[in-house]
Amino acid sequence: MSLNWFKYASPATFYPLAGKMIPWFYGAAALLAVFGLYVGLIVAPTDFQQGDAYRIIFIHVPAAWMSMFLYVVMACWSALALGFNTRLSAMMAQAIAPTGAVMTFVALWTGAFWGRPTWGTYWAWDARMTSELILLFLYLGIIALRNAIDDPRRADRACGVLALTGVVNIPIIYFSVHWWNTLHQGSSVSMTKAPAMAAIMLTGMLIMSFAAWFYAIAASLARVRTIMLERERGAAWVGELTEVRNA
Amino acid sequence: MNAFFAMNGYGFYVWCAYGVAALTLAIELFALRSRRRAVLEEARLTRPDDAPGPAGAAE
Repeated sequence: MSLNWFKYASPATFYPLAGKMIPWFYGAAALLAVFGLYVGLIVAPTDFQQGDAYRIIFIHVPAAWMSMFLYVVMACWSALALGFNTRLSAMMAQAIAPTGAVMTFVALWTGAFWGRPTWGTYWAWDARMTSELILLFLYLGIIALRNAIDDPRRADRACGVLALTGVVNIPIIYFSVHWWNTLHQGSSVSMTKAPAMAAIMLTGMLIMSFAAWFYAIAASLARVRTIMLERERGAAWVGELTEVRNA
Repeated sequence: MNAFFAMNGYGFYVWCAYGVAALTLAIELFALRSRRRAVLEEARLTRPDDAPGPAGAAE
């Protein structure tokens, strides 16, 4: 049996597949979020140094991780689109940008409300915070650039080039707390050493991270379906969809 | 319950963070839904005439 991997690279076949997957991803995100919030807001004890303000990290850290991760995923789809001129890759890149911007905004906002009681300020031009703000501008710039170009295929290429250029910012964000000794503290969780936080707090943060993952996947898939309809609304497969036929 | 919302004096910061995060996601979901509805409406209007219509319905 030969499996045709490229079958789902066509919008006509990917559209119904994504439609079947979205409720499961939203459902998983909702369940994990309820469980994660229960652990984070009720089970986990008050931090002995930061008081209850630390509970903001249960959304701050997952959102910050997702903001960087989604950018890398978006850039990979852009690279595929630029290299192979594949329609679906460009649409995926387009679909991820707004969710990435949402995650970046949430990371910045919750960071500010954590920083005020903990560091004494909502904002500082610290390396980590400034590079994360640049990430927000990159996402918004990519969205604005797309809206400024009428031809979708030209917009794909322009946004792809901008997205790939902006990847340089991701290691800057990630390593900023090591490279520059400014306000933002180093990571409590890293790939190279044991987490510097209580197990129950780490558990809550990881559950919330999985919830953020599933939410981002669901939202991106929902958006890519809309983008497919926007770009291909004259195509026969769109005219044959039940949701289009049954007005 | 009041103690829970007070967060030992950090309630303002905690709930501003959680509230705006929830609001941001709600706005994203709402925007997604309206965008989908708009494009479906447009696809219905621009549907080619030879495409099969609703089953059993007079066109």
